[in-house]
Amino acid sequence: MSFHRIILTVNGSTEQVDVPGNMTLLQMLREKLALTGTKNGCAAGECGACTVLMNGEPVNSCMVLAAECDGAEIVTVEGLAQDGQLDIVQQTIIDEGGVQCGFCTPGMLISARALLNRNPSPTEAEIREALVGNLCRCTGYARIISAVKAAAEATQ
Amino acid sequence: MTGKVFGQPIPRLEDQFLLTGTAKFIDDIEIPGMVHAAFLRSDYAHARIKKIDYSAALKRPGVIAVYTAEDFGDYWRPGPLQVPPPTAIKGSQFNARPLVPIAKDKVRFSGEPLAVVIAESRYIAEDAFDDIIVDLEPLPAVVDLEEAWENKPALVHDDLGTNMAALVKQERGNYEEARAKADVVISRKILVNRNAAAAMENRGFVVNWDEREQEMTVWATTQAPIPLRNTIAARLGLFENQVRVITPFIGGGFGPKIMTSQADDVLLPWIAMKLKRPIKWIEDRRENFLATTSERDQVHYAEIALTKDGVILGVKDVFYHNTGAYDPYGMTVPLNTQTHTISNYRVPSFYTEIRMVFTNQMVVTPVRGAGRPEGVFVMERLMDAAARELNMDPAEIRLKNLLEPNELPLRTGIIGQDFVEGVLDSGNYKANLQKLMEMVEYEKFRKEIQPALRAQGKHVGMGIVCFTEGTAVGPYEGARVTIGGNGKVSVATGISTQGQGHFTVFAQIVAEQLGVKAEDVNVVTGDTAHFHWGAGTFASRGAAVAGTAIYNAAVKVREKIFATASKWLEVPPEQIELGDGKVWVKGKPEQFITLGDLAFRANPTRGVIEPGVEPGLEATGYYGPPYGATGAGAVAMIVEIDPETMELKIKRFVIVHDCGTVINPLLLEGQVEGGVSMGIGNAFYEKMVYDENGQLLTASFMDYLMPQATDMPPKIEIGHLTTTSPLNPLGIKGVGEAGAIPTPSAFVQAVEDALFEYQLEIPESNLSPSKIFEYVQKASKKG
Repeated sequence: MSFHRIILTVNGSTEQVDVPGNMTLLQMLREKLALTGTKNGCAAGECGACTVLMNGEPVNSCMVLAAECDGAEIVTVEGLAQDGQLDIVQQTIIDEGGVQCGFCTPGMLISARALLNRNPSPTEAEIREALVGNLCRCTGYARIISAVKAAAEATQ
Repeated sequence: MTGKVFGQPIPRLEDQFLLTGTAKFIDDIEIPGMVHAAFLRSDYAHARIKKIDYSAALKRPGVIAVYTAEDFGDYWRPGPLQVPPPTAIKGSQFNARPLVPIAKDKVRFSGEPLAVVIAESRYIAEDAFDDIIVDLEPLPAVVDLEEAWENKPALVHDDLGTNMAALVKQERGNYEEARAKADVVISRKILVNRNAAAAMENRGFVVNWDEREQEMTVWATTQAPIPLRNTIAARLGLFENQVRVITPFIGGGFGPKIMTSQADDVLLPWIAMKLKRPIKWIEDRRENFLATTSERDQVHYAEIALTKDGVILGVKDVFYHNTGAYDPYGMTVPLNTQTHTISNYRVPSFYTEIRMVFTNQMVVTPVRGAGRPEGVFVMERLMDAAARELNMDPAEIRLKNLLEPNELPLRTGIIGQDFVEGVLDSGNYKANLQKLMEMVEYEKFRKEIQPALRAQGKHVGMGIVCFTEGTAVGPYEGARVTIGGNGKVSVATGISTQGQGHFTVFAQIVAEQLGVKAEDVNVVTGDTAHFHWGAGTFASRGAAVAGTAIYNAAVKVREKIFATASKWLEVPPEQIELGDGKVWVKGKPEQFITLGDLAFRANPTRGVIEPGVEPGLEATGYYGPPYGATGAGAVAMIVEIDPETMELKIKRFVIVHDCGTVINPLLLEGQVEGGVSMGIGNAFYEKMVYDENGQLLTASFMDYLMPQATDMPPKIEIGHLTTTSPLNPLGIKGVGEAGAIPTPSAFVQAVEDALFEYQLEIPESNLSPSKIFEYVQKASKKG
């Protein structure tokens, strides 16, 4: 087993981590950095629960090797709120009632944040398309979609 | 019933943890010295175990132990049955074959555990599978329900001499007499296909045995923490108070997480005591698909007898129900099918027969809907067939046969999953359908919109159906409500939470009674150290049953507040006001005591108390209904199909729902929408497919398609009606499964209507573009 020493930024902090070659970004976040907000729903890139931002793009962290993350900038659900102030999409998802069990929510929030970063005023079709990789079994998506819409409107 | 807090659409109190990544789920639990378990599972569905040799695995660095059934000695035993069969149904037969924790002698479904490996990491444990020599002699797999009933091609349980798991006949009135009088009798074979619960979080189990304290702590993703604790304690010979079961935040339940006596909760506590190491097991997605539990899969031979005016005289339904390899959950699912088949219609004569069979497939236990969608699907298909035969409008024939409010409460004569005769307690079923027809502009759609669209060559159709949802069944739940010295209120109940919003709605119930803010009520669910009596979260009963127990406790605490305050304020209770976390003398707000202060005074440390006074501003309440409260509703959906590709778009989805008193409209709508999305998935995207060898072909999200954000309709339009249940003081009925129940019925009807020129009659609940294409091809050839 090869080991790799990587240096990366996670939620704004610089981290130096020694990771085995077979360790995924998801495992590194959860097991090495104790950032357990990012969830493992399938470990196969199918459910989106583990979505994080990697250099600004949403990725399934279960499909990225930690060793690939040398020099990367990662944002997880723990990094969305700033100084105790919730990200606008965190607030609107509360207001709209878009959370039930909350297991898909971290990945959902990251995908929503990625969308709003690249497109501050998305159409409903664009919102749905942006969330297509994040499965949710509880809500039927309606209130998550309206929360993203409300977040976009609030930041106009 | 709406108050300052109760009945208000307040946002959820638990979201702050779930949104920031701070909520603790089971896989987030780390204990020093913890080791990991992995289950080696059978690739065969049916096989005799000849040899399992794990000696090489023990030599792998990092492997701590390996166990097979033999290694557990006398500790290995099946069961117990989690739900026994009801004794009240005369002449019913039930062959109990509870779950075995790990296969011994024989494998009965693909995915059944053969060995458990304990290692320093999950990676090592799974790598060790390659070191284990498993010699299995394959046997013919029992997969077809009707063949299974004929004991072909093999017996799942050799010692039983039959594949019959149960035979239950129930009748009200006399169907054969009704049939003889009928103008029209319509018979159909109807299939309801198998679906997975597929909660986003898989199951998990963490156990820590503290040798010095002689105490075991278990964290589990269970819907039934108290039954889980009780079975673990009994098996290990411990007292109940030596075992604490804690449910952390749980990522969805939908039924299968209620199961106990599975490999994890039977074997891992025993191993933890042997090894004196904490153990973690987190189910992976493939295991979840293969070897937890799932539901549906019935074959119905159903018949409806009517007058020529479309009045139902009787219904007969003989159905095969697949229970899978074992029947640990009794007959819950098919009994629900029996009680829901007649739904909210006037059916004077009804004969229903369960033929429950063992097969070499994953065990069947309730999944959101739990037998109800099957019953409703059968009845609605019969209504559709009758409407066609009698040339009636689908809404008209339903309106004609729906029960009137003055016919309720109605004893159905059919004993249900709660072991008592079903009673439709309250409701206004016609009003549900009429409101739905207004919302969906039924007349306009049929007379103007649809003809115009058809003239443009568009294939747009509507499905319109009715349903009931038997909810809030017994036996009981309990709760304790306590006001603390901090002036805040703590609530503990025995059920557990999988995302329903219990922390909020229970807080609303209590806040209203005790005059505090909802955010000052801290709710604990699913921790046996906090409350240790109860049954669990199932059958849409959390709000109605546990909620009522909480209400009962809160009312007692309220009485204690007034009694205690009366003493300290030296005025009669009638002259005291309660609100904003304090009590004061009416008209003299300066004469007040805070609830926190009062709580201290209610626990005196010197002096004497009056006889009969119990300490603290605390009370425990229980509630057990005589029978369940029945919710009801109606659904209309409009779909458009591209006849070239069979791509289907849901243009409108409208549901009218009556679940009695509403505690929180925001959360209620979320529950309904979630159920609808599962119903849409069940009807069009999801299907568990087993091949002839009993191999599951759909064991990943690449094969088992869950609805995505792009698959859901633009909006789920919800209409509410409220007829309060007379069964509990708040008038609540459950709602958790409502959306999932009627949706497949509406879906197939809408598809048939959209493709009207092919005169399709779809006898199964699970469609897909290719399936619709097949039906159209078949119909085209016939035409």
